[in-house]
Amino acid sequence: MLREIRPAIVLLLGLTAITGLGYPLAMTGIAGAIMPTQAQGSLIERDGKVIGSSLIGQEFKGEEYFHGRPSATLGPDPQDSTKTVPQPYNAINSMGSNLGPTSKALIDRVKEDVEKLKAENPSMPVPIDLVTASGSGLDPNISPEGALFQVPRVAKARKLPEDRVRQLVTEKTEGRLGGLLGEPRVNVLALNLALDAAAPK
Amino acid sequence: MTTIGWIQIALYCAVVLALVKPLGGYMTSVFNGERTFLSPILRPVEAGLYWVGGVDEKREQHWLTYTVAMLLFHVVGFLSLYAIMRLQAVLPFNPAGQSAVAEDLSFNTAVSFITNTNWQNYGGESTMSYLTQMLGLTVHNFLSAAAGIALAVALIRGFARSSMRTIGNFWVDITRCTLYVLLPICIVYALFLVSQGMPQTLGAYVDATTLEGAKQTIAVGPVASQVAIKMLGTNGGGFFNANAAHPFENPTALSNFIQMISIFALGAAMTNVFGRMVGNPRQGWAILAVMGVLFITGVAITYGAEASGTTGLNALGLTGGNMEGKELRFGIVASSLFAVITTAASCGAVNAMHDSFTAIGGMIPLINMQLGEIIVGGVGAGLYGMLLFVVLAIFVAGLMVGRTPEYVGKKIEAREVKMAMLAILVLPLMYLGWTAVAVVLPSAVASMANAGPHGFTEVLYAFTSATGNNGSAFGGLTGNTFFYNLTLASSMFVGRFFMIVPAMALAGSLAAKKSIPASAGTLPTTGGLFVGLVIGVILIIGGLTFFPALALGPIVEHLAMTANTLF
Repeated sequence: MLREIRPAIVLLLGLTAITGLGYPLAMTGIAGAIMPTQAQGSLIERDGKVIGSSLIGQEFKGEEYFHGRPSATLGPDPQDSTKTVPQPYNAINSMGSNLGPTSKALIDRVKEDVEKLKAENPSMPVPIDLVTASGSGLDPNISPEGALFQVPRVAKARKLPEDRVRQLVTEKTEGRLGGLLGEPRVNVLALNLALDAAAPK
Repeated sequence: MTTIGWIQIALYCAVVLALVKPLGGYMTSVFNGERTFLSPILRPVEAGLYWVGGVDEKREQHWLTYTVAMLLFHVVGFLSLYAIMRLQAVLPFNPAGQSAVAEDLSFNTAVSFITNTNWQNYGGESTMSYLTQMLGLTVHNFLSAAAGIALAVALIRGFARSSMRTIGNFWVDITRCTLYVLLPICIVYALFLVSQGMPQTLGAYVDATTLEGAKQTIAVGPVASQVAIKMLGTNGGGFFNANAAHPFENPTALSNFIQMISIFALGAAMTNVFGRMVGNPRQGWAILAVMGVLFITGVAITYGAEASGTTGLNALGLTGGNMEGKELRFGIVASSLFAVITTAASCGAVNAMHDSFTAIGGMIPLINMQLGEIIVGGVGAGLYGMLLFVVLAIFVAGLMVGRTPEYVGKKIEAREVKMAMLAILVLPLMYLGWTAVAVVLPSAVASMANAGPHGFTEVLYAFTSATGNNGSAFGGLTGNTFFYNLTLASSMFVGRFFMIVPAMALAGSLAAKKSIPASAGTLPTTGGLFVGLVIGVILIIGGLTFFPALALGPIVEHLAMTANTLF
């Protein structure tokens, strides 16, 4: 048994150096050199300031922006740092609601959101993605229906014709990869940036 | 369910099947010690490690020595990983200023990573420094996966050899697996993941000012290098708390598809390694067929349940299936498929929150784990788990016809059946036993996030996942408490090592036996009859063991859901 101790220690150290330092550092170097944008988190800058990442959803509350999906992420309570409070789209604490199919809390939350949306746009059925929290709480996308549903509100707040806003949604709609993988979707941040470019607030 | 959904599932199965032969052939030559196309680069590194470590690569080990070497390696690994977490605050590569990980959480996490479980009682981006992620967690993603494959190869040698005392050399197997199989694939894979948008940087978290003027801090890090091995090695521990649901940890539909492929790739190829080493590739395909039937059945049930949605959501006029806890870019089909794959294998990465699945949709992942994760399974672990069931099935068949059972030329006798039963029985003992304890302890019950039968399922899922070394969770359960940190760690430990040791004893006793040629009375083990028999044994043993627990959790919850009862 004792003769196995030396290889145990040596191989752990050797393989640690290879897989725990050599490999990740080499990947960091290569990725940073050939794909710097992706390697750093696909950050978007406007006027020289970082305004977010094209992959990470952010919270939109105003009438003049398209809204993302509900987010169940938490953050520290400013009053008492030992507690947590809802802090949507907190990108240092990703999580879902973890509420199950028979959860009263879930159905109450969804019901409230559905009623708000129905009041906002009674002409369309409420798309499910606008009232269900994503798994990460950072979902950057909504469905094309979810974007079209919000067109009347955004157009009114921006004083733009609905057709113009609808056209922006169509332009920013991405289909399935190869017509096969994934789901049709709209990146909310990209859509809102296009909106800002088309009609400043 | 949609046609395009089923096409995605069919495409997935086709790609996995297409990889079985090439990967199986390559891995067989690696474990037979042959030269490969990577030898010119890797052979000097390999030889150097043996030289410093005092390993004589020509000297093979008895099963007991092989097992002791494996255990010692894990002890050393556990200690170093625990130390890194406790000391991370004073070590470099910590731009987010993470403090030392608490004692019980470090203990739980160290056990979790050496056992290939990767249960996460922590949120990666809020707990672990970059150094811990690389030097601690990434390393053990490699090593626990390599150890699992090494052990499976040792068991295969037991079946393949005749009248021999040894089953290989653990040090050689784990080194060759890491260097020749895992590392080269991960290098290509990690760069692909970066191309899809996965970060790979040592820079600090980024402060952004959102369009509405709020501050958003965005966690980044050396993500891709860790995620590549996390998926390929069926480890599953996420860089981020939300795991593969996080847009940085799974940016696109393509990254998701490739991640799903990589969970099954090596495990499925191991059946081919088995077939080749025992001299008849059809033996491997028969085992893969058993796995395939169980897998497709599970996918159909979960996909169907998630696509039908929940009674509560449907009653509000919402259509399109159960999207709570799912990411839009994956939708219902890729989330359901991922959930079944990750629990069929012992991966445990999640791209949707299993806690928010429908009762039936979430029950299939639970059953996959309770069957022992033998449907492809963890790299290596899935194959040796499945071979234990094969031994039992052969034994049952032998009883039926009154002959001494044989499998691939080996007589299956009392010792083999005892070892197989021991390994299979220890799993329910842990997950049913600890669940029973947890539901009567008020402090443990307080950790449940959901009321009613769903809360019970959260606890049952946690212990099942830990015992099965899976690592996925019904994430609402607050697992980072003293009770769960210790009991889950004990489940992970027993689930891994109390299965490995009997499996290695089996390997030793099989290797020592003479190979006997098949006769007219031998049950053919490459046909439909055999496949059906193994499936039957798996379901009967599994069903009798855990059906009562399922009845208290997901089944009663499904009935409550259809009656629209809320808790």
